[in-house]
Amino acid sequence: MLRRTFIALATSVAVLGATSGASFAQEVLKIGASAPKTGPLAGGAAMTHWPNVHMWVNEVNERGGLDIGGTKHTIELVEYDDQTSAETAIQNIQRMATQDQVDFIVTPYSTGINVATAPMIAQHGYPHITTSAATDGVEDFAARWPNSFWMLGTATQLAEGAVQTLTMLRDKGDIGNKVALVHVADAFGLELAGAAKPALEAANFEVVYEASYPLGTQDVAPIISGAKDAAPDAFIGFSYPGDTFALTEQAQIQDLDVGAFYVGVGTAFPPYAARFGAAAEGVIGIGGINVADPKIADYIERHTAAAGQGPDFWASATTYAGLQVLEQAIVAAGTKDRAAVVEAIKNGTFDTVIGEVKFENNVNPNVWTVGQWRDGVFVAVAADGMDVAQEPVKKEGWE
Amino acid sequence: MQIIVTGILLSGTYALIALGLTLQYGVARIMNLANGETLVAGCFIAFWLYASFAINPILGLAIIAPLAFAFNWGVYQIALRPLVKRAKNKGMLEVDSILATFGLLFLLQGLMLLGFGGEYFNYQFLAERFVIFGSAYGLNRVVAFSAAVVIAGALYYFLYHTRQGTAVRAVAADPASANLVAIDVARTAAIAFALGGALTACGGALLSTFYTFNAAMGITFTMKALIIVIMGGVGDVRGAVLAALILGLAETAVASLIDPGLTLAATYALFIIVLLFRPQGMFGRQTT
Repeated sequence: MLRRTFIALATSVAVLGATSGASFAQEVLKIGASAPKTGPLAGGAAMTHWPNVHMWVNEVNERGGLDIGGTKHTIELVEYDDQTSAETAIQNIQRMATQDQVDFIVTPYSTGINVATAPMIAQHGYPHITTSAATDGVEDFAARWPNSFWMLGTATQLAEGAVQTLTMLRDKGDIGNKVALVHVADAFGLELAGAAKPALEAANFEVVYEASYPLGTQDVAPIISGAKDAAPDAFIGFSYPGDTFALTEQAQIQDLDVGAFYVGVGTAFPPYAARFGAAAEGVIGIGGINVADPKIADYIERHTAAAGQGPDFWASATTYAGLQVLEQAIVAAGTKDRAAVVEAIKNGTFDTVIGEVKFENNVNPNVWTVGQWRDGVFVAVAADGMDVAQEPVKKEGWE
Repeated sequence: MQIIVTGILLSGTYALIALGLTLQYGVARIMNLANGETLVAGCFIAFWLYASFAINPILGLAIIAPLAFAFNWGVYQIALRPLVKRAKNKGMLEVDSILATFGLLFLLQGLMLLGFGGEYFNYQFLAERFVIFGSAYGLNRVVAFSAAVVIAGALYYFLYHTRQGTAVRAVAADPASANLVAIDVARTAAIAFALGGALTACGGALLSTFYTFNAAMGITFTMKALIIVIMGGVGDVRGAVLAALILGLAETAVASLIDPGLTLAATYALFIIVLLFRPQGMFGRQTT
């Protein structure tokens, strides 16, 4: 089932780079990537993961490659589909390490698959810079697999960010105390809801409606009407893209009257604003980036030019930043030696699109946690250790 | 009241998902595992027509239905006909057709990935408030439900009140005997398969107005369709509609009154109950 697909573009750019600019011999740096192209997470990966990988490889090769110990190396990308299956992902890693003998790997996509593949990646000693894993296990994982690095933050950070945002709105008098809390019944939803409940309680919010629903549910009319009957002041949904869209559409149809409407993964996708237009204004959700930062603005522009679509306003930039960390660490170490590069990541400070990244015990502590749609842009309104773009505002109806 | 209306609207969605498969499986005896992919293909074509040519998905059905009919006719003639010819009995045809349509599933999925990539798609069409008994529902769901009613009604009329439809039912009941009374079984089966495919694609086009979809989502629809077809009784349109209605109402009632997390449990509990007491399905005939 394994399919080996070299990206034609990457190869042609590599050939172009080899024939035109450089007069000295070109070495090749082999990078392996395994992530979903099919299966339930293919949609998220196509939005957040793959465009960044291709963009980074092309950009590095256009610059003439990576300087490793004085020799320029062009990147050759080996990519596989893991079919959103942890077993397949593990086989892919194994194959990349033993058959393709890649020098380094790109992180897999999603919390589950990153955790599942971590032991195999550790066994081969590759630096493993995760950019799409948000879980409270990061500290344990980082200790267990010293070659792994965790950039997207923890479930607690993200859930607490949501509660902070509600608290700010309440302090301004925009909303009251009553919260409806729903979540998708899988690891992501359970972990975030589990972290949000104590945080809500500590902030003196009252959960008036609570429900979970199975993965893949898009018929959410009963959930929104249940929430509506409880007359909440704020709605929090830790949801996945399909249900994020469905929850928003139902809230709009049933005119769920809340001053804060928070939904999960997918809120930060540009198609969300395209789909809901003016009704998206004021919706808050997981993620957010500081669009006021010129580095981010430049990144959005390059991504749009390279991929034909804008990045999402959350993990996209982190994914690209993870690749920048890998690139800078390889250059700093000046060798293809994996252990040396792991050391370089551990101790280095990296200049990336999401700002300066410095790992503490292999975890990146500074993350944006909540964004809000404002005039077609999803801006960060809450963060841990970083600057936000704007203060949150009340959601004013669905028209 | 709100629970009942929501449930009935949901059952319309389910009926759209399952009606095509009940024809394909019941009459043409092809257990089409690519049913969900056909549905998603319908979603994509409707999306493409809407996004590129501003063709309203309801009018788009006039393009999608003949297209899907022709495509499924071709698939049946090229890929499935040889299996039907060489199959010695029903069991063998089922096994062979499952394998063949399993391949078709990957082919269709691959083509959609190639054409549209793996991203999520949706678009805004009739996502307006429609008030029934004082509660608001999505107009797109109401339209899809109405279309499901029209399609199911037309199908019922075709099967029970036309000559061709009677031939289709005869083939469903017993292909060997149907042959004896001068029914062209091969042609009838091909028509049933193609018609089933067209219905599924139309269902997809209607679903695309309120679902967020991507190229990899087909399997979830196939699962739902299978449950409904088996619950209703293989090859019985009335059974499939009734099963869809029961599932829609039960899921909505459980989600509203007990917990939305238990909708899947409710579905499978009903499924098991039906299998325990009427293994042939609610309207199915006892096999001899």
